Amino acid sequence: MWRFIFGRLLQAVPVIFIVITATFFLVRAAPGGPFDAEKAVIPEVKAALERQYRLDLPLHEQYFAYLGDLVQGDLGPSFKYPGRSINELIESGLPVTAELGAYALLIALIIGGLSGILAALRPNTLQDYIPMSMAMIGICMPTFLLGPLLVLFFGIELDWLPVSGWGDIPGDKIMPSITLGAAYAAYVARLSRAGMLEVLSQDYIRTARAKGLPEWQVVIKHGLRGGMLPVVAFLGPAFAGLLAGSFVVETIFQIPGLGRFYVQAAFNRDYTMILGTTVFLSTLIVLFNLLSDIVAAWLNPRLRAQLSE
Amino acid sequence: MTDITLQAEKGTSLWEDAWRRLKKNRLALFGLGLLTSFVLVALLTPWIAPYAYDAQNLDLGATPPSSAHWLGTDIFGRDLLTQIMYGGRISLAVGFVATAVALLIGVTWGAIAGYVGGRVDAVMMRIVDILYALPFMIFIVLLMVVFGRNLLLLFLAIGAVEWLTMARIMRGQVQTLRKQEFVEAAISLGLGPATIIRRHLVPNALGPIIVYTTLTIPSVMLLEAFLSFLGLGVQPPETSWGLLISYGAETMEEYPWLLLFPGMALTLTLFALNFLGDGLRDALDVRRSAD
Repeated sequence: MWRFIFGRLLQAVPVIFIVITATFFLVRAAPGGPFDAEKAVIPEVKAALERQYRLDLPLHEQYFAYLGDLVQGDLGPSFKYPGRSINELIESGLPVTAELGAYALLIALIIGGLSGILAALRPNTLQDYIPMSMAMIGICMPTFLLGPLLVLFFGIELDWLPVSGWGDIPGDKIMPSITLGAAYAAYVARLSRAGMLEVLSQDYIRTARAKGLPEWQVVIKHGLRGGMLPVVAFLGPAFAGLLAGSFVVETIFQIPGLGRFYVQAAFNRDYTMILGTTVFLSTLIVLFNLLSDIVAAWLNPRLRAQLSE
Repeated sequence: MTDITLQAEKGTSLWEDAWRRLKKNRLALFGLGLLTSFVLVALLTPWIAPYAYDAQNLDLGATPPSSAHWLGTDIFGRDLLTQIMYGGRISLAVGFVATAVALLIGVTWGAIAGYVGGRVDAVMMRIVDILYALPFMIFIVLLMVVFGRNLLLLFLAIGAVEWLTMARIMRGQVQTLRKQEFVEAAISLGLGPATIIRRHLVPNALGPIIVYTTLTIPSVMLLEAFLSFLGLGVQPPETSWGLLISYGAETMEEYPWLLLFPGMALTLTLFALNFLGDGLRDALDVRRSAD
């Protein structure tokens, strides 16, 4: 098991390195420097600025200096918010995005998991069709449509919930979390239904039933572990999707999280901010994929036996 | 193993069987019908659109659906139905073209890796593994920022992301097919690898490829709409469903129809494609998992 974890960690290193390198050179390949837009900057000032941001060095030296900073955990300064570092922007945005993502994931796992399991227990009945049609709607309804529709209905027509903000008014966290979580609830429902259906048809489940265990114990003790494997494996990719979804949700609900910073940086062409955030988010995604692989391997008895040999 | 042999021996009847099974699936047929009509409308838009694409009527402004403007007009007095029809051309084109790019790269890559095998295969699939781990959504945003919002680049960028699973599916298929007698026969007849892949391997792997293609199109369309919604995709004067939804969301309090109708167009298309994909998967009896 440790060898598997260590091996996967070693695989993640080149991926993160490729991400950093590709992002760095892509951003540097962008036409126009960051200070070209400002009109009438005195050449001396421009030179001083460029020295401060190390733009006067040859490209490869800039790259190695950037790598050196990164190793020390320094993501660099922001071009657009003078005097603020990307570390500070990430520190202020990350807790918000993490909280939003955590609620969304919780909604996805609880609602999606429950409806998937219920559907698998009575396949091809109403108990299966209703949640699965809901899941189909969830998959086909993009976040950026669901968000405005919820705002229109619950925020404006019914006036039940606040339409923007995060942690300012009670209840303002509900709609963003549902908007972000809905699509993942749908995927989790489909995956857990498929996983449970497969597991419940296995011999060991028949054995568990034959030895007289009550149905709920068969499902929870014996079924869940195997049936939820696809869901666990999906969590890694889902995490990446949740981050991208947070771009949209934070824009719609005006939430001061990482996603909104990123979209704003993309609009303002704040290159260091884009570079820093991309490196940060990518590393997070790679690490989360790794984690979900490890948990999936740990939950899978066959794989675990194979690994500990 | 055995079903694939059976399928290969049955030849064309596989498709007849699949069509018979698909015909029984009402939702899939509905999806096919809806999709066909949307594509037809998109192709014929320049001739059948009720108004000219750039026709404005500033005096009229935003009006709800009426007999003159079936889906209403936007704040510039432009006919919404016309906008949705033209936007659909772009949305559907991105869906089909980017998927075609993914299909071409993925099938070629997977077929070569699976056919040649050995070290070449190991290296090629390692590259796929590494690319899989890259956070592409963020990369596409980055590409759009760095190189400007250009439609061709959007096609290529999305296509370049979506080919990975296609490559894995194709490789798996080729690995099983390669060991069969008809391929050995082709080799002993002196055919080159390119001909064998094109004439014998690709046609026999068509089932899973078609199913996966049908399921790739909606995810590509969603990606385009996502980017356009954030203002990083299609740019005016061009329009797409994602862009129309984004405009609609801005003014939905006063003019909700500007959000609802483009949203319905996109959601219905995604429904149709997903139903058709699910139906085809059942009809062609392909296992869902990509690996």
